[in-house]
Amino acid sequence: MSKLSNAIYEINYIDELSQRKIWINRIHPLIKLMITIIYISIVVSFDKYNLFGLIPMALYPVILFNISETSFILSVKKLRFVLPIVCFVGIFNPFFDHTQFLEINKFVITGGMISAITLIIKGIFTVLASYLLIITTNIESICYALRCLHIPDIFVTQVLLTYRYITLLLGQANTIIQAYSLRAPYQKGIKMKVWGSLVGQLLFRSIDRANDLYDSMVLRGYKGEFYYARKGIRSYMEILYPILWIILFLIIRYVNLVSLLGNIFIS
Amino acid sequence: MHMADALVAPAVAAVMYAASGATATYSVRKVKLEQNIKKIPIMGVMGAFVFAAQMINFTIPGTGSSGHLSGAMLLSVILGPYAAFLTMIAILLVQSLMFADGGLLALGCNIWNMAFYACFIGYLCVYKPILRNKHSRIKIITASILGCILSLQLGSLSVTIQTLASGISELPFSTFLLTMQPIHLAIGIVEGVITSVVLIFIYETRRELIDQQSTYNRLSIKKMMAILILIVALIGGGLSIVASSNPDGLEWSIEKVMGNGELKAEGSVYDTASSVQEKTAILTDYGFENSDSKYGTTFSGLIGSLVVAVICIGCGLVIKIIKKQKKRKPE
Repeated sequence: MSKLSNAIYEINYIDELSQRKIWINRIHPLIKLMITIIYISIVVSFDKYNLFGLIPMALYPVILFNISETSFILSVKKLRFVLPIVCFVGIFNPFFDHTQFLEINKFVITGGMISAITLIIKGIFTVLASYLLIITTNIESICYALRCLHIPDIFVTQVLLTYRYITLLLGQANTIIQAYSLRAPYQKGIKMKVWGSLVGQLLFRSIDRANDLYDSMVLRGYKGEFYYARKGIRSYMEILYPILWIILFLIIRYVNLVSLLGNIFIS
Repeated sequence: MHMADALVAPAVAAVMYAASGATATYSVRKVKLEQNIKKIPIMGVMGAFVFAAQMINFTIPGTGSSGHLSGAMLLSVILGPYAAFLTMIAILLVQSLMFADGGLLALGCNIWNMAFYACFIGYLCVYKPILRNKHSRIKIITASILGCILSLQLGSLSVTIQTLASGISELPFSTFLLTMQPIHLAIGIVEGVITSVVLIFIYETRRELIDQQSTYNRLSIKKMMAILILIVALIGGGLSIVASSNPDGLEWSIEKVMGNGELKAEGSVYDTASSVQEKTAILTDYGFENSDSKYGTTFSGLIGSLVVAVICIGCGLVIKIIKKQKKRKPE
């Protein structure tokens, strides 16, 4: 499948997951958004040498993958953008940071190695947290959550419309690329002399579609603002959910659970 | 380069969110002032277009590699910098949520590095001034390439500073910079070429899409003077306190060669000049006389700037008066 087809498939798959009728998807979107941001903030706040303190933060993605009945293996694909950059930044740490931390059978574990591993784990946890947010909350709910935070309507409308038309325009771009490939069967990639016309044609179609969209919105009473139905707190779970997670995050952040468990086993 | 959450500390992320948020608030205000609700759906669809265009890989002749369009410069040309900035935020948010390309916490950094520099520096400071008067193929190519190169260089510099300020990488600043800048120079050139080719196509087929943003709005004299006065007060009155006390390049060189930073000269001319200087110098060595107070440096910075401004304005006025008198004289 081409890159464009893969992108369309991924967007549709995430959309399907977020539309499922499971209890985690019904939790107020603002609560899930705040929990995700708090989780990410706490993960990145760990010291670069605090590897064992960071590991218990894996509880959040593990529990949520189970609750949301989603495959972890399929989410690994999401790491393809983040891991190379994080590895590129972290790979130099062992060469510059020679602080000795541990020696096991003459093999010295330095601060650089620990900080590199901590960086990679932080990268994985933060990506998984964002992925869990988007598979349990559809984009309309996320936009509603942004409006609850008093983000200007004009910006929220942008996010909504951009998301709405991505699949359509990806499909059009895919058609254009396929048509080009069929007319240049032995050619790899797109030649320079057609860059302008290829992207330009897509641009003109987008603008014409945007004009049609505006006309249809005005005919349906659009006056510059979308209106959302209010989502209230409907169950005790929506109050317990954030409280329990925040307590757990704070315990993990300020109590070294791994060494505590280790001490229990030793004693 | 999209920054991941793991590459920023919460404090740095908060600062960048504040900066990007302030710019976004200003952009929302500017877009609302246009009172053109037709622009909103166009912005949304253009966001989706840039998303789709970013997925298309263009083969770079002679290299065997490929590049793609980022779209911020293109959006700025078609929608204007403020609308383009808001559209880019929407694109970056959707990319971070749907494709994990960039983090949620690092979104403020990504907005600043990828949208702010392209829309406000690359477009307003490079592209628009070059195409102020008339459009032509050469001007579009030059403006696009220079604008994209500048935006990407500033963006990669910001990534380096943000990563190092977060204490994530042990790489020295210079090494990190030397790795990032050349890569982004190449990316900037490729993006500039792709953007220029698309803009030339648009210019030759539907010129009205570009021309509607081509009016060059001058900054008012009052605003410009206010900004300059503020910058002078901050630098002359504030930053001068933390100026290095080490010798400058010339003094350092003389010290290395002669063993002493200052040269002593003898003769009547030097004596006369020295006595004139002693009488006229009211703030010797940029401070109060017989005092080491840091406020002396602040005061001398502000007074010095004021005196220079008075002399420059005075010279300007004198030249203006002379020119007016020359115009009045009958031929």
